[in-house]
Amino acid sequence: MTAKNRWWLYVPLTLALVAVVSPFAWMVLGSFKGEGEIRANPPTWLPESPSLDNYTQLFSRLQFGTYFLNSAIVAVLVTVGNLLFCSMVGYALAKLEFRGKRTLFLIVMATLMIPGVVTFVPLYVLVVNAGLANSLPALILPFLVSPFGVFLMRQFIVGLPGELLDAGRVDGAGELRIFARIVLPLCGPALATLGILTFLGSWNNFLWPLVVAQQESEYTLPVALALYSTGQNSIQYGLLLAGATIVVVPVLLVFLVFQRRFIEGIATTGIK
Amino acid sequence: MSSPAPARRRGVERAAWGLILPFCLLFAVFTAWPVVQSLFMSFTDTRNRDLRTPFSVEFVGLDNYVQAFADPLFRTAAANTAYFVLVGVPLTLGIALAAAVVLDKGISRFRAFFRLGFYTPVITSIVAVAVVWRFLLQDEFGLINTVLGWVGITGPNWLGDPDWSMPALILMAAWRNFGTAMIIFLAGLQAVPASLHEAASIDGAGSVKRFRHITLPLLRPTLLFVSVTTAIGYLQFFEEPYVMTNGGPLNSTISASMYTYKQFGFGNYGFASAMSYLIFVVIAVVTALQFRLLRERS
Repeated sequence: MTAKNRWWLYVPLTLALVAVVSPFAWMVLGSFKGEGEIRANPPTWLPESPSLDNYTQLFSRLQFGTYFLNSAIVAVLVTVGNLLFCSMVGYALAKLEFRGKRTLFLIVMATLMIPGVVTFVPLYVLVVNAGLANSLPALILPFLVSPFGVFLMRQFIVGLPGELLDAGRVDGAGELRIFARIVLPLCGPALATLGILTFLGSWNNFLWPLVVAQQESEYTLPVALALYSTGQNSIQYGLLLAGATIVVVPVLLVFLVFQRRFIEGIATTGIK
Repeated sequence: MSSPAPARRRGVERAAWGLILPFCLLFAVFTAWPVVQSLFMSFTDTRNRDLRTPFSVEFVGLDNYVQAFADPLFRTAAANTAYFVLVGVPLTLGIALAAAVVLDKGISRFRAFFRLGFYTPVITSIVAVAVVWRFLLQDEFGLINTVLGWVGITGPNWLGDPDWSMPALILMAAWRNFGTAMIIFLAGLQAVPASLHEAASIDGAGSVKRFRHITLPLLRPTLLFVSVTTAIGYLQFFEEPYVMTNGGPLNSTISASMYTYKQFGFGNYGFASAMSYLIFVVIAVVTALQFRLLRERS
Protein backbone atom coordinates (compact mmCIF):
# COMPACT_ATOMS: atom_id res chain seq x y z
CA MET A 1 0.00 0.00 0.00
CA THR A 2 1.51 3.29 -0.99
CA ALA A 3 1.16 6.19 1.38
CA LYS A 4 -2.03 8.07 0.72
CA ASN A 5 -1.77 11.77 0.59
CA ARG A 6 -4.03 12.74 3.44
CA TRP A 7 -3.49 16.45 3.18
CA TRP A 8 -5.11 17.25 6.52
CA LEU A 9 -2.38 15.31 8.34
CA TYR A 10 0.06 18.05 7.38
CA VAL A 11 -1.81 20.44 9.69
CA PRO A 12 -1.07 18.63 13.02
CA LEU A 13 2.36 17.58 11.71
CA THR A 14 3.33 21.15 10.92
CA LEU A 15 2.03 22.40 14.26
CA ALA A 16 4.06 19.69 16.00
CA LEU A 17 7.11 20.57 13.95
CA VAL A 18 6.79 24.23 14.96
CA ALA A 19 6.49 23.24 18.62
CA VAL A 20 9.49 20.88 18.39
CA VAL A 21 11.80 23.10 16.40
CA SER A 22 10.92 26.54 17.80
CA PRO A 23 13.27 26.28 20.82
CA PHE A 24 16.12 25.81 18.37
CA ALA A 25 15.02 28.50 16.04
CA TRP A 26 14.81 30.85 19.00
CA MET A 27 18.22 29.77 20.28
CA VAL A 28 19.93 30.31 16.91
CA LEU A 29 18.16 33.61 16.26
CA GLY A 30 18.81 34.77 19.82
CA SER A 31 22.55 34.28 19.42
CA PHE A 32 22.56 37.21 16.98
CA LYS A 33 20.64 39.51 19.34
CA GLY A 34 21.86 41.98 21.92
CA GLU A 35 21.41 41.38 25.64
CA GLY A 36 18.43 43.74 26.01
CA GLU A 37 16.50 42.24 23.13
CA ILE A 38 16.93 38.67 24.42
CA ARG A 39 15.29 39.63 27.73
CA ALA A 40 12.55 41.65 26.04
CA ASN A 41 8.92 40.93 26.86
CA PRO A 42 7.11 39.90 24.79
CA PRO A 43 10.00 37.94 23.26
CA THR A 44 10.96 38.77 19.70
CA TRP A 45 11.72 36.30 16.94
CA LEU A 46 13.89 37.99 14.34
CA PRO A 47 16.83 40.02 15.67
CA GLU A 48 16.24 43.76 15.30
CA SER A 49 19.88 44.47 14.47
CA PRO A 50 21.65 41.15 13.92
CA SER A 51 25.30 41.11 14.97
CA LEU A 52 28.10 38.63 15.51
CA ASP A 53 29.17 40.29 18.77
CA ASN A 54 28.27 37.30 20.93
CA TYR A 55 30.40 34.99 18.80
CA THR A 56 33.45 37.24 18.67
CA GLN A 57 33.25 37.70 22.45
CA LEU A 58 33.02 33.94 23.01
CA PHE A 59 36.25 33.31 21.21
CA SER A 60 38.15 36.33 22.44
CA ARG A 61 37.15 36.23 26.11
CA LEU A 62 36.31 32.64 26.92
CA GLN A 63 38.84 30.43 25.11
CA PHE A 64 35.99 28.80 23.26
CA GLY A 65 38.48 27.69 20.61
CA THR A 66 40.26 25.54 23.21
CA TYR A 67 37.02 23.94 24.43
CA PHE A 68 35.95 23.28 20.85
CA LEU A 69 39.29 21.63 20.04
CA ASN A 70 39.13 19.50 23.20
CA SER A 71 35.62 18.32 22.35
CA ALA A 72 36.65 17.52 18.77
CA ILE A 73 39.80 15.57 19.75
CA VAL A 74 37.90 13.52 22.32
CA ALA A 75 34.90 12.80 20.09
CA VAL A 76 36.96 11.84 17.04
CA LEU A 77 39.34 9.51 18.91
CA VAL A 78 36.52 7.86 20.86
CA THR A 79 34.57 7.32 17.64
CA VAL A 80 37.55 5.84 15.77
CA GLY A 81 38.35 3.55 18.71
CA ASN A 82 34.78 2.25 18.90
CA LEU A 83 34.50 1.68 15.15
CA LEU A 84 37.75 -0.27 15.04
CA PHE A 85 37.72 -2.28 18.27
CA CYS A 86 34.00 -3.02 18.41
CA SER A 87 33.89 -4.26 14.83
CA MET A 88 36.89 -6.52 15.50
CA VAL A 89 35.17 -8.10 18.49
CA GLY A 90 31.85 -8.17 16.64
CA TYR A 91 33.44 -10.18 13.83
CA ALA A 92 35.12 -12.63 16.23
CA LEU A 93 31.87 -13.16 18.15
CA ALA A 94 29.79 -13.51 15.00
CA LYS A 95 31.91 -15.66 12.71
CA LEU A 96 34.85 -17.27 14.51
CA GLU A 97 35.04 -20.21 16.91
CA PHE A 98 37.33 -19.75 19.91
CA ARG A 99 37.49 -20.71 23.57
CA GLY A 100 35.75 -18.27 25.91
CA LYS A 101 33.45 -16.95 23.18
CA ARG A 102 30.20 -17.59 25.05
CA THR A 103 31.57 -16.13 28.27
CA LEU A 104 32.75 -13.00 26.50
CA PHE A 105 29.36 -12.48 24.90
CA LEU A 106 27.54 -13.00 28.20
CA ILE A 107 29.76 -10.47 29.96
CA VAL A 108 29.22 -7.94 27.20
CA MET A 109 25.43 -8.33 27.44
CA ALA A 110 25.47 -8.11 31.23
CA THR A 111 27.44 -4.88 31.28
CA LEU A 112 24.98 -3.36 28.82
CA MET A 113 22.48 -3.24 31.68
CA ILE A 114 24.75 -1.79 34.35
CA PRO A 115 24.06 1.93 34.75
CA GLY A 116 26.96 4.31 34.25
CA VAL A 117 26.62 5.63 37.77
CA VAL A 118 27.75 2.23 39.14
CA THR A 119 31.26 2.48 37.73
CA PHE A 120 31.48 6.21 38.22
CA VAL A 121 33.15 6.25 41.64
CA PRO A 122 35.79 3.52 41.10
CA LEU A 123 36.54 4.82 37.63
CA TYR A 124 37.21 8.22 39.13
CA VAL A 125 39.44 6.65 41.79
CA LEU A 126 41.28 4.72 39.09
CA VAL A 127 41.86 7.81 37.00
CA VAL A 128 43.09 9.81 40.00
CA ASN A 129 45.44 7.04 41.12
CA ALA A 130 46.82 6.62 37.61
CA GLY A 131 47.67 10.31 37.60
CA LEU A 132 45.32 10.94 34.69
CA ALA A 133 43.04 13.47 36.40
CA ASN A 134 42.88 16.77 34.54
CA SER A 135 44.09 15.29 31.28
CA LEU A 136 42.47 14.57 27.95
CA PRO A 137 43.32 10.82 28.07
CA ALA A 138 41.02 10.59 31.10
CA LEU A 139 38.20 11.74 28.85
CA ILE A 140 39.12 9.30 26.06
CA LEU A 141 40.51 5.99 27.38
CA PRO A 142 37.44 4.84 29.37
CA PHE A 143 35.21 5.28 26.31
CA LEU A 144 37.32 3.71 23.54
CA VAL A 145 35.21 0.54 23.59
CA SER A 146 31.58 -0.05 24.53
CA PRO A 147 29.43 -3.16 25.06
CA PHE A 148 26.70 -1.43 23.06
CA GLY A 149 29.04 -1.12 20.06
CA VAL A 150 30.09 -4.77 20.27
CA PHE A 151 26.45 -5.88 20.43
CA LEU A 152 25.50 -3.69 17.47
CA MET A 153 28.39 -4.88 15.28
CA ARG A 154 27.90 -8.52 16.18
CA GLN A 155 24.20 -8.37 15.28
CA PHE A 156 25.07 -6.87 11.92
CA ILE A 157 27.96 -9.20 11.03
CA VAL A 158 25.98 -12.32 11.99
CA GLY A 159 23.65 -11.46 9.12
CA LEU A 160 26.42 -11.33 6.48
CA PRO A 161 26.37 -14.33 4.13
CA GLY A 162 28.94 -16.99 5.08
CA GLU A 163 29.70 -17.80 1.43
CA LEU A 164 31.56 -14.54 1.00
CA LEU A 165 33.89 -15.35 3.89
CA ASP A 166 34.33 -18.96 2.73
CA ALA A 167 35.37 -17.71 -0.69
CA GLY A 168 38.12 -15.72 0.99
CA ARG A 169 39.20 -18.75 3.02
CA VAL A 170 39.44 -20.97 -0.07
CA ASP A 171 41.70 -18.35 -1.59
CA GLY A 172 43.95 -18.85 1.43
CA ALA A 173 43.37 -15.47 3.06
CA GLY A 174 43.93 -15.32 6.84
CA GLU A 175 41.12 -14.27 9.19
CA LEU A 176 42.57 -10.80 9.73
CA ARG A 177 42.75 -10.26 5.98
CA ILE A 178 39.17 -11.48 5.54
CA PHE A 179 38.08 -9.06 8.27
CA ALA A 180 39.84 -6.09 6.73
CA ARG A 181 39.13 -6.82 3.07
CA ILE A 182 35.71 -8.49 3.06
CA VAL A 183 33.86 -7.86 6.34
CA LEU A 184 34.67 -4.21 7.02
CA PRO A 185 33.66 -2.93 3.57
CA LEU A 186 30.28 -4.67 3.95
CA CYS A 187 29.66 -3.03 7.33
CA GLY A 188 28.97 0.47 5.98
CA PRO A 189 25.49 1.05 7.43
CA ALA A 190 26.34 -0.48 10.81
CA LEU A 191 29.55 1.53 11.06
CA ALA A 192 27.65 4.71 10.14
CA THR A 193 25.09 3.99 12.85
CA LEU A 194 27.72 3.26 15.48
CA GLY A 195 29.79 6.20 14.29
CA ILE A 196 27.08 8.82 14.65
CA LEU A 197 25.74 7.44 17.93
CA THR A 198 29.24 7.34 19.41
CA PHE A 199 30.16 10.79 18.13
CA LEU A 200 26.89 12.18 19.45
CA GLY A 201 27.36 10.55 22.85
CA SER A 202 30.92 11.75 23.19
CA TRP A 203 30.29 15.27 21.89
CA ASN A 204 27.42 15.76 24.34
CA ASN A 205 28.98 13.80 27.21
CA PHE A 206 28.64 16.01 30.20
CA LEU A 207 28.79 14.36 33.59
CA TRP A 208 32.18 12.61 33.35
CA PRO A 209 34.08 15.56 31.86
CA LEU A 210 32.44 17.84 34.44
CA VAL A 211 33.98 15.79 37.25
CA VAL A 212 37.31 14.88 35.66
CA ALA A 213 38.26 18.08 33.85
CA GLN A 214 38.88 20.58 36.63
CA GLN A 215 41.12 22.93 34.68
CA GLU A 216 40.02 25.31 32.00
CA SER A 217 42.52 23.93 29.51
CA GLU A 218 40.74 20.54 29.59
CA TYR A 219 37.13 21.78 29.47
CA THR A 220 34.93 20.40 26.75
CA LEU A 221 32.11 22.49 25.29
CA PRO A 222 29.25 21.09 27.42
CA VAL A 223 31.31 21.58 30.60
CA ALA A 224 32.24 25.15 29.76
CA LEU A 225 28.67 25.96 28.85
CA ALA A 226 27.26 24.39 32.01
CA LEU A 227 29.71 26.12 34.33
CA TYR A 228 29.14 29.39 32.58
CA SER A 229 25.35 29.12 32.76
CA THR A 230 25.06 28.02 36.39
CA GLY A 231 28.13 29.36 38.12
CA GLN A 232 27.79 33.11 37.82
CA ASN A 233 25.47 35.68 39.26
CA SER A 234 25.08 37.83 36.19
CA ILE A 235 24.62 35.54 33.24
CA GLN A 236 25.08 36.99 29.80
CA TYR A 237 22.42 35.19 27.82
CA GLY A 238 23.73 36.32 24.47
CA LEU A 239 27.01 34.50 25.05
CA LEU A 240 25.15 31.48 26.34
CA LEU A 241 22.91 31.23 23.29
CA ALA A 242 25.87 31.67 20.94
CA GLY A 243 27.80 28.95 22.78
CA ALA A 244 24.81 26.62 22.70
CA THR A 245 24.45 27.19 18.95
CA ILE A 246 28.12 26.41 18.32
CA VAL A 247 27.78 23.13 20.22
CA VAL A 248 24.93 21.97 17.98
CA VAL A 249 26.40 22.79 14.58
CA PRO A 250 28.99 19.98 14.17
CA VAL A 251 26.53 17.32 15.30
CA LEU A 252 23.90 18.62 12.91
CA LEU A 253 26.44 18.37 10.07
CA VAL A 254 27.47 14.83 11.04
CA PHE A 255 23.80 13.82 11.18
CA LEU A 256 23.01 15.35 7.78
CA VAL A 257 25.95 13.59 6.16
CA PHE A 258 25.15 10.19 7.67
CA GLN A 259 21.36 10.31 8.08
CA ARG A 260 20.50 8.16 5.04
CA ARG A 261 22.92 5.44 6.03
CA PHE A 262 22.05 5.93 9.68
CA ILE A 263 18.39 5.12 9.17
CA GLU A 264 19.17 2.19 6.88
CA GLY A 265 21.68 1.04 9.45
CA ILE A 266 19.12 0.87 12.23
CA ALA A 267 16.64 -0.82 9.91
CA THR A 268 19.03 -3.57 8.84
CA THR A 269 20.93 -4.37 12.02
CA GLY A 270 17.77 -5.84 13.46
CA ILE A 271 17.86 -4.12 16.83
CA LYS A 272 14.33 -4.98 17.73
CA MET B 1 44.76 -27.40 -0.91
CA SER B 2 43.80 -25.93 2.44
CA SER B 3 45.90 -26.72 5.47
CA PRO B 4 44.96 -29.64 7.77
CA ALA B 5 41.96 -28.97 10.02
CA PRO B 6 43.72 -28.73 13.45
CA ALA B 7 46.28 -26.22 12.17
CA ARG B 8 43.49 -24.23 10.58
CA ARG B 9 41.55 -24.23 13.87
CA ARG B 10 44.60 -23.07 15.79
CA GLY B 11 45.02 -20.27 13.29
CA VAL B 12 41.41 -19.19 13.76
CA GLU B 13 41.81 -19.29 17.54
CA ARG B 14 44.90 -17.10 17.36
CA ALA B 15 43.24 -14.65 14.98
CA ALA B 16 40.16 -14.44 17.20
CA TRP B 17 42.21 -13.64 20.27
CA GLY B 18 44.16 -11.08 18.30
CA LEU B 19 40.90 -9.42 17.33
CA ILE B 20 39.41 -9.32 20.81
CA LEU B 21 42.59 -8.47 22.71
CA PRO B 22 42.44 -4.64 22.52
CA PHE B 23 38.80 -4.69 23.56
CA CYS B 24 39.42 -7.10 26.42
CA LEU B 25 42.26 -5.01 27.82
CA LEU B 26 40.37 -1.71 27.73
CA PHE B 27 37.17 -3.37 28.90
CA ALA B 28 38.88 -5.11 31.82
CA VAL B 29 40.60 -1.95 33.05
CA PHE B 30 37.85 0.63 32.52
CA THR B 31 34.64 -1.37 32.92
CA ALA B 32 35.01 -4.80 34.53
CA TRP B 33 37.47 -3.77 37.25
CA PRO B 34 35.46 -0.68 38.30
CA VAL B 35 32.30 -2.80 38.43
CA VAL B 36 33.94 -5.32 40.77
CA GLN B 37 35.46 -2.54 42.83
CA SER B 38 32.24 -0.60 43.23
CA LEU B 39 30.48 -3.73 44.43
CA PHE B 40 33.21 -4.17 47.04
CA MET B 41 33.10 -0.49 47.91
CA SER B 42 29.36 -0.62 48.56
CA PHE B 43 30.05 -2.93 51.52
CA THR B 44 32.69 -0.63 53.02
CA ASP B 45 32.82 2.82 54.60
CA THR B 46 35.03 4.24 51.82
CA ARG B 47 35.19 8.02 51.82
CA ASN B 48 37.25 10.45 49.75
CA ARG B 49 40.11 10.52 52.28
CA ASP B 50 40.55 6.76 51.68
CA LEU B 51 41.38 7.30 48.00
CA ARG B 52 45.12 6.84 48.48
CA THR B 53 44.90 4.13 51.11
CA PRO B 54 42.33 1.67 49.80
CA PHE B 55 43.24 -1.02 52.35
CA SER B 56 42.44 1.04 55.43
CA VAL B 57 38.67 0.99 54.85
CA GLU B 58 36.34 -0.89 57.16
CA PHE B 59 34.02 -3.63 55.97
CA VAL B 60 30.53 -2.62 57.10
CA GLY B 61 28.36 -5.33 55.58
CA LEU B 62 24.97 -4.10 54.44
CA ASP B 63 25.09 -0.86 56.46
CA ASN B 64 25.18 1.37 53.38
CA TYR B 65 22.15 -0.35 51.92
CA VAL B 66 20.25 -0.09 55.21
CA GLN B 67 21.23 3.57 55.45
CA ALA B 68 19.92 4.20 51.93
CA PHE B 69 16.52 2.70 52.70
CA ALA B 70 16.32 4.71 55.92
CA ASP B 71 17.32 7.99 54.26
CA PRO B 72 14.18 10.12 53.72
CA LEU B 73 15.87 12.08 50.93
CA PHE B 74 16.77 8.90 49.05
CA ARG B 75 13.16 7.79 49.38
CA THR B 76 11.97 11.12 48.03
CA ALA B 77 14.44 10.77 45.16
CA ALA B 78 13.21 7.23 44.45
CA ALA B 79 9.58 8.39 44.44
CA ASN B 80 10.45 11.27 42.09
CA THR B 81 12.23 8.84 39.77
CA ALA B 82 9.21 6.53 39.76
CA TYR B 83 6.92 9.49 38.92
CA PHE B 84 9.24 10.51 36.10
CA VAL B 85 9.43 6.99 34.63
CA LEU B 86 5.74 6.06 35.00
CA VAL B 87 4.52 9.23 33.29
CA GLY B 88 7.51 9.97 31.08
CA VAL B 89 8.01 6.61 29.35
CA PRO B 90 4.39 6.14 28.11
CA LEU B 91 4.21 9.80 27.09
CA THR B 92 7.48 9.63 25.14
CA LEU B 93 6.61 6.33 23.44
CA GLY B 94 3.08 7.52 22.61
CA ILE B 95 4.30 10.68 20.90
CA ALA B 96 7.04 8.74 19.11
CA LEU B 97 4.67 6.04 17.85
CA ALA B 98 2.11 8.57 16.65
CA ALA B 99 4.78 10.52 14.79
CA ALA B 100 6.27 7.35 13.27
CA VAL B 101 2.91 5.99 12.07
CA VAL B 102 1.95 9.29 10.47
CA LEU B 103 5.37 9.68 8.80
CA ASP B 104 5.30 6.06 7.62
CA LYS B 105 1.82 5.66 6.20
CA GLY B 106 0.02 8.97 6.51
CA ILE B 107 1.95 11.27 4.21
CA SER B 108 4.04 10.89 1.11
CA ARG B 109 5.88 14.21 0.82
CA PHE B 110 8.42 16.02 2.99
CA ARG B 111 9.05 12.88 5.07
CA ALA B 112 12.81 13.47 5.38
CA PHE B 113 12.13 17.08 6.32
CA PHE B 114 9.80 16.18 9.21
CA ARG B 115 12.09 13.33 10.26
CA LEU B 116 15.03 15.68 10.61
CA GLY B 117 12.92 18.31 12.37
CA PHE B 118 11.63 15.83 14.93
CA TYR B 119 15.15 14.49 15.46
CA THR B 120 16.82 17.86 16.17
CA PRO B 121 16.13 17.82 19.94
CA VAL B 122 18.00 14.49 20.19
CA ILE B 123 21.20 15.79 18.69
CA THR B 124 21.33 18.89 20.84
CA SER B 125 23.50 19.08 23.93
CA ILE B 126 21.50 18.98 27.16
CA VAL B 127 23.18 22.19 28.18
CA ALA B 128 21.91 24.01 25.11
CA VAL B 129 18.50 22.48 25.70
CA ALA B 130 18.51 23.72 29.29
CA VAL B 131 19.36 27.27 28.28
CA VAL B 132 16.45 27.43 25.87
CA TRP B 133 13.96 25.62 28.09
CA ARG B 134 14.70 27.79 31.10
CA PHE B 135 13.70 30.70 28.92
CA LEU B 136 10.58 28.94 27.67
CA LEU B 137 9.46 28.01 31.19
CA GLN B 138 10.04 31.38 32.82
CA ASP B 139 7.18 32.56 34.97
CA GLU B 140 6.38 35.95 33.45
CA PHE B 141 8.39 36.32 30.27
CA GLY B 142 8.49 32.68 29.22
CA LEU B 143 7.28 31.72 25.76
CA ILE B 144 4.99 28.97 27.05
CA ASN B 145 3.19 31.19 29.55
CA THR B 146 3.04 33.98 26.96
CA VAL B 147 1.28 31.63 24.54
CA LEU B 148 -1.01 30.37 27.32
CA GLY B 149 -1.79 34.02 28.11
CA TRP B 150 -3.08 34.57 24.57
CA VAL B 151 -5.89 32.10 25.26
CA GLY B 152 -6.56 33.50 28.71
CA ILE B 153 -4.73 30.92 30.83
CA THR B 154 -2.38 32.06 33.56
CA GLY B 155 0.44 29.54 33.35
CA PRO B 156 2.08 28.26 36.52
CA ASN B 157 5.55 29.23 37.68
CA TRP B 158 6.80 25.99 36.14
CA LEU B 159 10.24 25.64 37.69
CA GLY B 160 9.45 27.50 40.92
CA ASP B 161 6.37 25.54 41.98
CA PRO B 162 7.00 22.08 43.54
CA ASP B 163 3.76 20.80 41.96
CA TRP B 164 4.70 21.89 38.43
CA SER B 165 8.47 21.37 38.36
CA MET B 166 8.28 17.63 37.66
CA PRO B 167 5.62 17.93 34.92
CA ALA B 168 7.83 20.58 33.32
CA LEU B 169 10.85 18.23 33.35
CA ILE B 170 8.77 15.34 32.00
CA LEU B 171 7.50 17.52 29.17
CA MET B 172 11.05 18.52 28.39
CA ALA B 173 12.35 14.94 28.52
CA ALA B 174 9.58 13.71 26.20
CA TRP B 175 10.33 16.53 23.77
CA ARG B 176 14.02 15.73 23.92
CA ASN B 177 13.82 11.94 23.57
CA PHE B 178 10.87 11.02 21.36
CA GLY B 179 12.99 11.48 18.21
CA THR B 180 15.19 8.45 18.95
CA ALA B 181 12.19 6.23 19.63
CA MET B 182 10.47 7.56 16.49
CA ILE B 183 13.42 6.62 14.27
CA ILE B 184 13.48 3.06 15.64
CA PHE B 185 9.69 2.75 15.32
CA LEU B 186 10.03 3.89 11.70
CA ALA B 187 12.55 1.12 11.07
CA GLY B 188 10.21 -1.40 12.71
CA LEU B 189 7.18 -0.21 10.74
CA GLN B 190 9.01 -0.81 7.48
CA ALA B 191 9.10 -4.50 8.37
CA VAL B 192 5.27 -4.71 8.54
CA PRO B 193 4.22 -6.26 5.22
CA ALA B 194 1.93 -3.96 3.23
CA SER B 195 0.06 -7.01 1.85
CA LEU B 196 -1.43 -7.68 5.30
CA HIS B 197 -2.88 -4.18 5.41
CA GLU B 198 -4.31 -4.54 1.90
CA ALA B 199 -5.95 -7.86 2.72
CA ALA B 200 -7.46 -6.44 5.90
CA SER B 201 -8.78 -3.31 4.24
CA ILE B 202 -10.44 -5.47 1.53
CA ASP B 203 -12.12 -7.32 4.39
CA GLY B 204 -13.45 -3.96 5.54
CA ALA B 205 -11.15 -3.24 8.49
CA GLY B 206 -10.76 0.46 9.26
CA SER B 207 -7.40 2.07 9.91
CA VAL B 208 -7.79 2.01 13.70
CA LYS B 209 -8.66 -1.68 13.61
CA ARG B 210 -5.79 -2.47 11.28
CA PHE B 211 -3.38 -0.60 13.59
CA ARG B 212 -4.54 -2.59 16.62
CA HIS B 213 -4.67 -6.03 15.03
CA ILE B 214 -1.88 -5.93 12.45
CA THR B 215 0.61 -3.17 13.13
CA LEU B 216 0.81 -3.37 16.93
CA PRO B 217 1.34 -7.16 17.20
CA LEU B 218 4.02 -7.09 14.49
CA LEU B 219 5.65 -4.11 16.15
CA ARG B 220 5.96 -5.93 19.46
CA PRO B 221 9.73 -6.67 19.24
CA THR B 222 10.46 -3.05 18.32
CA LEU B 223 8.19 -1.85 21.10
CA LEU B 224 10.11 -4.07 23.52
CA PHE B 225 13.47 -2.69 22.44
CA VAL B 226 12.32 0.92 22.60
CA SER B 227 10.52 0.63 25.91
CA VAL B 228 13.45 -1.21 27.52
CA THR B 229 16.05 1.30 26.37
CA THR B 230 13.84 4.29 27.19
CA ALA B 231 13.03 2.95 30.65
CA ILE B 232 16.72 2.23 31.35
CA GLY B 233 17.57 5.78 30.36
CA TYR B 234 14.72 7.37 32.32
CA LEU B 235 15.44 5.34 35.46
CA GLN B 236 18.86 6.99 35.47
CA PHE B 237 17.57 10.47 34.69
CA PHE B 238 19.98 13.02 35.96
CA GLU B 239 20.80 15.69 33.45
CA GLU B 240 17.39 17.38 33.29
CA PRO B 241 17.14 18.24 37.00
CA TYR B 242 20.89 18.89 37.20
CA VAL B 243 20.84 21.66 34.64
CA MET B 244 17.27 22.91 35.15
CA THR B 245 16.42 22.86 38.85
CA ASN B 246 19.36 21.34 40.75
CA GLY B 247 16.79 19.05 42.35
CA GLY B 248 14.55 21.83 43.65
CA PRO B 249 12.27 23.44 44.51
CA LEU B 250 11.93 21.65 47.87
CA ASN B 251 13.60 18.50 46.46
CA SER B 252 10.61 18.01 44.14
CA THR B 253 12.83 17.05 41.19
CA ILE B 254 15.83 15.35 42.81
CA SER B 255 16.29 11.92 41.18
CA ALA B 256 17.92 8.76 42.52
CA SER B 257 20.89 9.15 40.16
CA MET B 258 21.28 12.79 41.06
CA TYR B 259 21.20 12.10 44.79
CA THR B 260 23.80 9.38 44.26
CA TYR B 261 25.95 11.82 42.34
CA LYS B 262 25.61 14.39 45.12
CA GLN B 263 26.70 11.85 47.74
CA PHE B 264 29.65 11.02 45.52
CA GLY B 265 30.43 14.74 45.46
CA PHE B 266 30.36 14.83 49.28
CA GLY B 267 32.94 12.02 49.25
CA ASN B 268 30.65 9.29 50.61
CA TYR B 269 31.86 6.73 48.09
CA GLY B 270 30.67 3.58 49.88
CA PHE B 271 27.18 4.99 50.39
CA ALA B 272 27.01 6.30 46.80
CA SER B 273 28.08 2.90 45.40
CA ALA B 274 25.43 1.10 47.43
CA MET B 275 22.75 3.44 46.08
CA SER B 276 23.95 2.96 42.52
CA TYR B 277 23.61 -0.81 42.96
CA LEU B 278 20.06 -0.30 44.23
CA ILE B 279 19.35 1.60 41.01
CA PHE B 280 20.92 -1.24 39.04
CA VAL B 281 18.68 -3.81 40.73
CA VAL B 282 15.59 -1.75 39.92
CA ILE B 283 16.70 -1.41 36.29
CA ALA B 284 17.28 -5.16 36.01
CA VAL B 285 13.86 -5.93 37.50
CA VAL B 286 12.06 -3.42 35.28
CA THR B 287 13.87 -4.77 32.22
CA ALA B 288 12.96 -8.37 33.07
CA LEU B 289 9.35 -7.29 33.67
CA GLN B 290 9.15 -5.65 30.26
CA PHE B 291 10.61 -8.73 28.59
CA ARG B 292 7.83 -10.77 30.19
CA LEU B 293 5.05 -8.35 29.29
CA LEU B 294 6.15 -7.70 25.73
CA ARG B 295 7.66 -11.00 24.67
CA GLU B 296 6.55 -12.37 21.35
CA ARG B 297 3.48 -14.52 21.45
CA SER B 298 3.19 -17.07 18.72
